Amino acid sequence: MVLELQKPRPIWQIMFSTHHTDVGLLYLITSLAFLFMGGALALAIRAELFLPGSQIISDSMTFNRIFTVHGTTLIFLFIIPFASSVGNYFVPIMVRYKDMAYPKLNAIAFWMIPPAGALIWLGFADFTWYATPPYSIISAPGPAADMWIFGLKILGISSVLGAINFIVTILKCKHPDMSIGQVPLLAWSFLSSSLIILVAIPTFAAALLMLLTDRLGVSGFFNPALGGDPIAYAHLFWFTFHPEVYVLVIPAIGMMYEIIPRFSRKPIHSYQSGIFAFVLLSIVGFSSWAHHMYATGMSFTEKTVFMVGTLAAVPASALHVFNFVATMWNGRIKFATPMMWAVGGIALFFSAGAGGVANAAMPLDFQTHDSYWVVGHFHLFVMGTIAFGSIGFLYYMFPYVTGRMYNEKMGKLHFVMSFIGTVMVFFTQHVLGLYGMPRRIFDYPPIPEWIAMNQIASVGAMIIGVSMVIFLANMIYSSGKGKLANTEDPFGVGGKYYYPFEVKNPSH
Amino acid sequence: MSGHSSWPEWIYVGVVIALMVWVGAEAWEAERLVDHVPADAEVIKVTGQQWFWSFEHEDGTKEIGELHVKAGKAYKFEIESKDVNHSFNIHDYVVLMDAVPGRVNTVWFAPTEVGQHDIQCREYCGLIHYNMRGTLYVEDPSS
Ligand code: HEM
Ligand SMILES: [Cu+2]
Ligand SMILES: [Cu+2]
Repeated sequence: MVLELQKPRPIWQIMFSTHHTDVGLLYLITSLAFLFMGGALALAIRAELFLPGSQIISDSMTFNRIFTVHGTTLIFLFIIPFASSVGNYFVPIMVRYKDMAYPKLNAIAFWMIPPAGALIWLGFADFTWYATPPYSIISAPGPAADMWIFGLKILGISSVLGAINFIVTILKCKHPDMSIGQVPLLAWSFLSSSLIILVAIPTFAAALLMLLTDRLGVSGFFNPALGGDPIAYAHLFWFTFHPEVYVLVIPAIGMMYEIIPRFSRKPIHSYQSGIFAFVLLSIVGFSSWAHHMYATGMSFTEKTVFMVGTLAAVPASALHVFNFVATMWNGRIKFATPMMWAVGGIALFFSAGAGGVANAAMPLDFQTHDSYWVVGHFHLFVMGTIAFGSIGFLYYMFPYVTGRMYNEKMGKLHFVMSFIGTVMVFFTQHVLGLYGMPRRIFDYPPIPEWIAMNQIASVGAMIIGVSMVIFLANMIYSSGKGKLANTEDPFGVGGKYYYPFEVKNPSH
Repeated sequence: MSGHSSWPEWIYVGVVIALMVWVGAEAWEAERLVDHVPADAEVIKVTGQQWFWSFEHEDGTKEIGELHVKAGKAYKFEIESKDVNHSFNIHDYVVLMDAVPGRVNTVWFAPTEVGQHDIQCREYCGLIHYNMRGTLYVEDPSS
């Protein structure tokens, strides 16, 4: 299955195409562009925090805008479009259909992303990725804030359209010979995350509209001066975004389910338990949203309910870890670059989960909430687990997309540096949080422990930064000049992995 | 799909569930105690606004940016905000509670030793959020 890039075509042919691999390529390039843009902002943040006082950013307003756009970009313009890219390439092939169910809708969902990205970047809002009211209503400068709201609105619609397309492709277009219990786990991950999107996103979509009309002064949903309540926004936002964290992580887990068995040269330990864990997580994930709100003044009963709801989701995540380890057990493992990223991602997934449990335990959350601990916590997921799974998968699909191999040494160096950097930045930030440093601050008092830990984190970030330059060079150079790949078995682990629609599947 | 034996998986899941039950039970027990405000706690009104903290004691004395309390006594903070969300935080005593406009949130603490501690804002509130700081002075009760 060589996916199209080998025969050079004019760029507009790809841009106006609705074929799933072309749309997948568009998603891929867009998401990588935003990965580097958002990553540059992260380096600016880390450089600023290297020492107390102003370093490279002159004022706090600029700093606040930078971390807001950093978070928004990497979640909505890197992680989600990257997953859509993988889904576009692989879901139709895995369910043995010629394309996505609705190719035009697919292209439309993609083309909503660049304008949304432009709104977010040209506006450069400062009210955090949470768009915190009433600050966002009475204090945040426009038009940046309004542009952000419109940008997110568009991205929400794009997500919903994409989700509908994946659900229909998997459930309705799969080959009649294939039961849903035979669909590979990667496709199952898209089915689960798409179902979560359909249930979760509308709530935030409504909240965004209310936020907008509040800003226009025609309503006061979240504005206490007009009788509204900011806590209502918190519920609406987190009802969408706690489940959304599973939307982000589930496809990455799905990618690992593709990589781990392949490079262990063994079938997955338990296919059923993988499906079970996906489905369970999609349901139980809806019972924990207010664990983000322990410190807003909730009653003891409310806090208890959401703690139990949060802890109840942990066994589902733990099942995936077991499945991965059991698959590798006694396998003839080949540690090629994709496998290294996947295994590193699983190790970080495990550590991140342990930290999440501490957040969920109510009294401990009063230590960690809104401190650097939380920043460390969710970055171990978004960077350590999701970006690691995604980048590993990018190396894995590289020969299919380009017909060429990436440079293995550079890929491994990229991994080793990123892994060390990630541990340095985000493990350290957990400890920094325990020392009391609040998140989202432009400057801090010269407390010796804070300075030391900020410096470790900043050096770690620079290491990741350098590794990403190596990555970029590898991708650009190898896609033109890399050695030709054997597209049946690019990694030399035996067998042929994928059967495109045109070719008759020999096992049938 | 694959014929594997599943008992290690069951044991593993059992262990994870047991751990979660244990964490949950411990947290429930601790939080129950923390949530219970002592009856003799003295009330201090805390007001957050962009970008400083002000305090009002039961006897009417007011302070801005500084808070003086006595060691060995319990205090109950009644926290409000005049504008946007803030979060009142004395990290050394694990005092953390959001200041939300339109609401009064409460949290209590009982400082034990004489000393100085940082007060800060832990919820993003705009331009000078990073420097919305203050100092807690815990004084000898006999002085
Ligand atoms: C699955 C991947 C996960 C992702 C992507 C993720 C992401 C996040 C994010 C973005 C935040 C911070 C939100 C903010 O205030 O801006 C957060 C906070 C939190 N997460 Fe996770 N999380 C994940 C898994 C978990 C798990 C498994 C648990 C618990 C077992 C957990 C428990 C918490 C809690 C309790 C908080 C609130 C912390 C606080 O603000 O005090 N998370 N997470
Ligand atoms: Cu959550
Ligand atoms: Cu603040």
